[in-house]
Parts: sequence; C-alpha cells; structure tokens
Amino acid sequence: MKNNFLQLRFCAAASLIALVALSGCATTGADPRDPIEPVNRAVFQFNDTVDKAVLKPVAQGYRAILPGPVRTGVTNFFANLRDPWIALNQILQGKIEEGATDFMRFVTNTTFGLAGIFDVASEGGMEKHDEDFGQTLGVWGLDTGPYLVLPILGPSNVRDGAGRVADSAAYVPWEGPGWADAGDEVAIRNSLTAVDTIQTRAGLLDASNVLEEAALDRYAFVRDAYLQRRRSQVYDGNAPSLRDDEDYYQEAPAAAPEAHGAEPSGKAPVVPPETDQRGAPARTR
Amino acid sequence: MRIALLFLLAFGLLPATHAQTSAPDELVKSVTNEVIEIIKNDKDIQAGDPRKAAALVQEKVLPHFNFTRMTALAMGPSWRKATPDQRAALVDQFRTLLVRTYSTALTSYRNQVIDYKPLRMQPEDTEVTVRSLVRQPGAQAVNIDYSMEKRDGGWKVYDMSVGGVSLVTTYRDTFNTEVRNAGIDGLIKTLSDKNRQLASN
Repeated sequence: MKNNFLQLRFCAAASLIALVALSGCATTGADPRDPIEPVNRAVFQFNDTVDKAVLKPVAQGYRAILPGPVRTGVTNFFANLRDPWIALNQILQGKIEEGATDFMRFVTNTTFGLAGIFDVASEGGMEKHDEDFGQTLGVWGLDTGPYLVLPILGPSNVRDGAGRVADSAAYVPWEGPGWADAGDEVAIRNSLTAVDTIQTRAGLLDASNVLEEAALDRYAFVRDAYLQRRRSQVYDGNAPSLRDDEDYYQEAPAAAPEAHGAEPSGKAPVVPPETDQRGAPARTR
Repeated sequence: MRIALLFLLAFGLLPATHAQTSAPDELVKSVTNEVIEIIKNDKDIQAGDPRKAAALVQEKVLPHFNFTRMTALAMGPSWRKATPDQRAALVDQFRTLLVRTYSTALTSYRNQVIDYKPLRMQPEDTEVTVRSLVRQPGAQAVNIDYSMEKRDGGWKVYDMSVGGVSLVTTYRDTFNTEVRNAGIDGLIKTLSDKNRQLASN
C-alpha cells in the first residue's frame, strides 16, 4: 500500500515524459493543439474503462449513502487543504491581495470552520479561488504545449502536467498530518487521498451524465472544453473571446448546391491557427 | 466536467415569456427565476424525468435562443457551403441535441445561488454579454455568460459560456472534423444518429 501513490505519481511523470518525447515525432493530426491525438485517445479510452469499472460505481455508492450536508462537509474539508497552495500561487502570480484572502480563508476555516468542514470564510465574504501551478506558469507566459491525456488524472497539457507535479508535492495530505507516527501517516494519507478522489468523482456524476449526452465525440468535446477552461483560468475569467464573430448565417446560402451526397473530403476550409500567447491557439479568425 | 454541467444547466435555466423590449439582463434573470421555481416545485423533474424537463425547456427556454445563428457559429466557415436544406436539417438536429442534453442538466439543479453582474450596455447596442456567477459549496464560483443579440426588437441568446468554455466553440472542432471526414451530410447523419440513440434510451 505504502508506495502506491509514489508509483502512481512516478507512472504519471514517466508517461508524461514519454508522451512529450513521442509528440516530437508523431504525425500531425487534424488539430494542431493535439499532435499526439492517437496516443491521447488510447489513454482516454483507458481512463474511461477504469472510471466505468471502479471510480464511477464507488462514487455512486458514496452519493447514495451519505446525505448532502455530509458530502458538502467532505468537499469543504479537502478544498480547505488546498487553500494555502492557492494562496502561494496567487502571490507567485503577483496577486498579493487575493493571496492574503486565500491564506485568511485557510486560517478562518481551519479554526472556526472546524478543520475546514464548514466554509465559514465564504459566508463571511472571503471568496473561494481556484489557482494551481499550471495557471501560474501560464501567467508567467509559458505556452500550454501539446494537449495530453494523463493516465488516471485525465485531460492536461505539457504545461499543466508539469504544474500538477508541483501541485501534488505541495498538497498537504501528501506530507501527512504531522502528529501521527510514520506508519500511521502513510495510512492516513492514503485514506485521505482515496476519499478525496471519491468525493471529487461524486461531484462530477451529474456532469458526466450530461457529457455522455451532449458530445458527438466525447474525446474532442472534453479536450476543447478543457483547453478553453484552462485558458480562461489563466486570465482569471477575463480571457478575450475565441469565438469567431463573423456573421456566417447572415449570408445567402451557397448558390450552387453540391446536390447529392457528401462533399469531397479535404475540401473544407482549414483555417491556420493563430497562437495565443498565454493559452491555446485561437481556433479561427 | 463540473463546468460542463453548469454550462448545460445554465442554458436550461434561461427563462421565457417576456416583453420583447425588456433589457437583456432582465430577460435572463426572469426566465432563470421562473424555471428554477418550476423545478423546485416539481418532484418529477428533480427525480430526473426527461420528458417533463424537455417540455419545460421547449416552452420556457427555446423561444429565447437563436438556433440558426448558434448552428452557423458552431459550423464556422462550413456553414457557407451548406445548402438551405442542409442548413435547416443542421439547425433542427442541433436544436434537438441541445434540448435533450439541457433537459438532462436541468434535472440535476441543486439550489445553486446565481448572482448577476451589472450590465454594461449603451441604449443603441444590439450585441451584449450578460454575465452571471453561480455559487456552490467548496468551489470557486463559476461564470456563466450569455452572448445576446437584438433582432426584430427582441433579445435572443446565440452563445453561452460557462467557466470560460463557449458552447459554440466547443462544438466547432467536432463539427469541422466531421465535415472534413464525411461532408456536411455526414455531419447531419451523425447528429441525427446521436439524437435517435438518445431518444431510444
């Protein structure tokens, strides 16, 4: 049991490096942001299988057994453990005030919120933020690099994957609570991480049901949503729109319809991507 | 993925029945509130009844969306190459897909609190973005923005984004890949197959 997480982390790191290496020589797919799409799709498929077989059923059981307020307490508890690292990332991004707020959130919730089970800081007007090292690297001007699907961990890219290594190293439960002796610490840490994983997945049950219905191609849907989401996070929600505002539908329909069947493939216009300095390349212009 | 849910949820929560001249943010607020009230008082929808949720979306939400523009934006440049018949079929299938998925999202509404940011708008503007914020326990609040246009005197939504993820942009890659591989008719077929499969569930 002891080395499971280290192995998992090593595994993730090794895969990351392997994928980055692969991306150098892989053939170009349709999407310039996703040069190793075949590999990513395989990992996506693998993750999906693991999710269906293990994670989703366990999360469904968790949600069925525990009442809502208890689940909220668990969510708050883990969110609180992340606040110090969020505070540090705010400061690394030059947002001193937000960093101070996030640190105060941690102090307030850990004490008055009974070890973080109650989010009294939010009720007191200290807003919850969501920062991580991948975002910090983005703010510093690092490009995302190619899109990656990490084993178990899911959608990422080279920048955010590297960010995750720092995130997990800095996350409190990895270090253990401190007051237990060494053997217990590992057990506690493992249990905490297991519960954290389950509660996170439980929070996503509704969303994944919707995704199941919304997407024509779940892989592409998740990828595009992930890349847009990360870009938005780097800009703290104020990213310039990627939407193509050209008014296509105002124009008259094509005069000479290509009457029967599909149009020849490869004829659709391929728009060269414009690279956005901080996020994913803009799709179209 | 939580984002995806809110995304769809928000779309579904856009309410209906409104004077054509009302301000766009007022329209969003009143429709949202109306739909939330209905969900809160309807045990069937809360329990996940897809038909009742779909009926609610049809009646209250659909009238406030410009699906033609939405489909055109999701298609991008390929829209220009589509014939009128193909366009009609695309709009029809895309609308069916969105109604279905939003209905599903509606059934998972759980008392999230929605705040609205002040609207920045000049009286002569015909395009605005209505910004709202959904608060939920243990997580950062999520932005939900509605891109709206004034046309024939009324405001309609033509895109929305949740947590910075635009509906139109997210579908565009899939649509473009489909068109590249199988043409516009291929995309229509994929959409209608998907809808048929969802309807038979």
